[in-house]
Amino acid sequence: MKKLLSLGLALALALPLLLITAWADEMDYSGMDLDYYTRYKGQGKSLNVYNWGEYISDGSDGSLDVNKAFEELTGIKVVYSTFDTNESLYAKLKTGGSSYDLIIPSDYMIARMIEEEMLLPLDLTNIPNFEGSINERYKDPSFDPGNRYSVPYTWGTVGLIYNTTMVDENDLIDSWGFLWDPVYAGNMLMFSNSKDAFGIAFKMLGYPINAESKEQLDRATELLKEQKPLLQAYVMDEIFDKMTGGEAALAPYYAGDAVTMMEDNPDLAFVVPKEGSNIFTDAMCIPKEAKNKELAELYINFMLEPEVGLANIEYIGYSTPNDRVYDLLDDEVKNDPVRYPDQELLDSCEYFVNLPPDLAAYMDEKWTELLSSDERYSRMLMPLVMLGCIIATISLNTARTMRKNRQPHN
Amino acid sequence: MKFRHAALPYMIWSSVFVLVPLGLVAVFAFTTGDGAFTIDNIARVSNYTPVFMRSVWLAILATAICLAIGYPLAYLMSRMNGVRQRTMVMLIMLPMWINFLLRTYAWMTLLENNGVINSLLRLVGLGPVRMINTQGAVVLGMIYNYLPFMILPLYSIMTKIDDRVIEAAQDLGANPFQVFSRVIFPLSVPGISTGVTMVFVPAISTFIISRMLGGGSNMLIGDLIDAQFLGNAYNPNLGAAISMVLMVFILLVMSIFNQFDDSEDREGLLI
Amino acid sequence: MMKHLRRFYIGLVMAFLYLPIGVLILYSFNASKSRSVWSGFSLRWYRDLFSNQLILSSLYNTIVVALCASVIAVILGTAAAMGIYSIRNKWFKSAIMNVTYMPILNPEIVMGVSLLLLFVSVNQIGAGITAVTGIPMPELHLGYLTLVIAHVTFCTPYVILNVLPKLRQMDKYVYEAALDLGCSPSMAFFKVIIPEIMPGMATGFLMALTYSIDDFIISYFVSSATSQTLPVTIGAMVRKRISPEINALSTIIFVVVLAALVLINLSALRQERQLQKKQGGGA
Repeated sequence: MKKLLSLGLALALALPLLLITAWADEMDYSGMDLDYYTRYKGQGKSLNVYNWGEYISDGSDGSLDVNKAFEELTGIKVVYSTFDTNESLYAKLKTGGSSYDLIIPSDYMIARMIEEEMLLPLDLTNIPNFEGSINERYKDPSFDPGNRYSVPYTWGTVGLIYNTTMVDENDLIDSWGFLWDPVYAGNMLMFSNSKDAFGIAFKMLGYPINAESKEQLDRATELLKEQKPLLQAYVMDEIFDKMTGGEAALAPYYAGDAVTMMEDNPDLAFVVPKEGSNIFTDAMCIPKEAKNKELAELYINFMLEPEVGLANIEYIGYSTPNDRVYDLLDDEVKNDPVRYPDQELLDSCEYFVNLPPDLAAYMDEKWTELLSSDERYSRMLMPLVMLGCIIATISLNTARTMRKNRQPHN
Repeated sequence: MKFRHAALPYMIWSSVFVLVPLGLVAVFAFTTGDGAFTIDNIARVSNYTPVFMRSVWLAILATAICLAIGYPLAYLMSRMNGVRQRTMVMLIMLPMWINFLLRTYAWMTLLENNGVINSLLRLVGLGPVRMINTQGAVVLGMIYNYLPFMILPLYSIMTKIDDRVIEAAQDLGANPFQVFSRVIFPLSVPGISTGVTMVFVPAISTFIISRMLGGGSNMLIGDLIDAQFLGNAYNPNLGAAISMVLMVFILLVMSIFNQFDDSEDREGLLI
Repeated sequence: MMKHLRRFYIGLVMAFLYLPIGVLILYSFNASKSRSVWSGFSLRWYRDLFSNQLILSSLYNTIVVALCASVIAVILGTAAAMGIYSIRNKWFKSAIMNVTYMPILNPEIVMGVSLLLLFVSVNQIGAGITAVTGIPMPELHLGYLTLVIAHVTFCTPYVILNVLPKLRQMDKYVYEAALDLGCSPSMAFFKVIIPEIMPGMATGFLMALTYSIDDFIISYFVSSATSQTLPVTIGAMVRKRISPEINALSTIIFVVVLAALVLINLSALRQERQLQKKQGGGA
């Protein structure tokens, strides 16, 4: 009880924190179309941006705080929040009631959202930077023909990250097969999302990366079940701490994040396996529920500014589809095979597509089965347990009533 | 006194925000995405029997261990003098002022292969012990987070046990075991019942703890529900069905438990 | 021997409870961002905390929501307790009490999910009405409003359960005496009943505040980007990496609470001693 009294003190201490703000380094706005950017100034507008975790330059470690720079330039307040998978973004939008103005999903999810009419078409005349910036290869993508709904933000590949001090030096890590190697049992991590995990299994089996039939999914599930006892954990972004801290020797993840990890721990290396892999594009879209479409387009345009794009790319480590940003990069980065691999390797990589609903549902089911597969329970067990509880309740209750009736109050 | 109508606003409030939502869970559980009636969702819940059984088993384990740790401590606390009692209660509540996610996160640092505990073990020449990403770690997380909910109700019941009752039993020739089984234990049953409820319910429905400490492969029923609503497998109807089954199961378990507790008020429920 | 064993046991449990907190506090002084590698002492996270907009705005949201929800819960709950106390019908009374226990005993995740379904359904019905009648219906956004509603819903029972015992302990003839002596019912209510149940209301308020501030699971389901509370923000962070500023903030809160508790306990102790002295002197 008394701990509660002290709350007032805690609050009193906390409130002044809110009044203090610090300023990150200033940005150079010369070379930007100030009339265009400042037309909403002083109107008290705000913009809800929903992005992946740590997927923007946020001012930490001396980088540019992109959102703050946008606020200072345009006078529009950015309300920024993050998601951790495409599917949770989809769930949040489907649930409704949140009114995001700008989202950054991946390719296959954009296709799904277009199909389910969850996105607003963009007005490219409001995004003047689009024309001169985006590389031809990333324009007019298969998931969004003619860029009607999306402007690419980053791209990258999926590959194996490994700790050179923890793998056998005679092993040349170049195949997904190492993720099934008993030598590294207990030292490997795996994607904890069905799409990427099944993609790797498909590549191991020599299938295309997108499931074509339930049989393929069954075969892949078997393969993943074989792998499960060898794994330390299924992870998503937890991988950052685990790989840089030397907790695991081997794990599949996104190239851009591998770059970030390799900066923190020079022992790490990255390779796209020879069986081929997944290539992805993350792109900026405006969801149907958006309240501020023009502001969102302004934000997209701002993100395409070379200086802003450069800050983002340097911070998050992914590859840029923006030519004007690419030109600003150091030669060392331009020639980095992790971030900008050669054409031959890119040709071995496939994009995910939006699966037909029955296959997608089947994949979900198989995925849950995989995650709970080490215990074999009959399906009947659960109804039986429930039934047992009901019987126990009733019999105990009757027993008690009878006992009470037999001995009236003394 | 004529204040009967004062409860009206609250009755309306809890109808709209407690009963109607629970009704909606049932409605969603028995409909498809298009609103047509179906029992398919409920039938599909049995596909997740392994997840369900694992949650039940780990929650029972965590509750039992909490009871085993908390019971002696609560008893020792209740026999201390006033100042010490207060200090102990304070010490047990204090950790709750730090968000449970952060404390669980700190456990990750402790349990990892290169974590604090393994580093210490290495210093004394013991090999690394695999602790994180196991079911044991998930149970540990549950025990850690819910132990105060066991200790505090037990303690508040046990302070009401008069020292003289125990002395009387001793004077009448009861040995320590008899004192416990005939006097202390029966008097502490309401506290046990409350404590077990307050640990078991959150433990069986927890999510995120399993993901942080269990390495993703120790999925619990809470994770499953989360995945259907805001996670990877968007399907609110199935999620509602799983929630309903969970709720019914907990109600059944609690009603079984209440059979052993004759007291009218749930004493000690409030910390 | 027994005494040492007891001490050892209590020490062991305390070590278990405080080990992770020790780690958390230690790493709030870590020079690098890492959770597992110690790279030297530094106060940078305490400095950075004050410029981290995300954390500060979440803290602000947490405080606003908790204060609103607790105040509403106390008013609603006290009125409800008065009503429940006056109701004679036993069946009706136990029905209300069962509904009151529901938010406490129901798993939080089911509460969160059910409220989310309610808010979503309200919007769908609203959209349906708009589609049929053409009248634009206001949209219910997940945000402050839904958060406060949810928090009031799970906080009010704690207020009721704290106020009810105080009402039962109260001598009900005092109220009638006040009426007989010429008080209006409302005056009698404020002059007689409120002072009697004040301790229960205060405890209820503080419990509501605590539960509201600490709530993660329900808030996780009913909040949105613009209204994230601190636990929800932390929940999003633990999926990737905790920014050490959060550790710094927690350390500050921990130290403040600890200091407050020590002060309260010391003053209580002093009062007790004085009381004993007085009694001793009188005897």
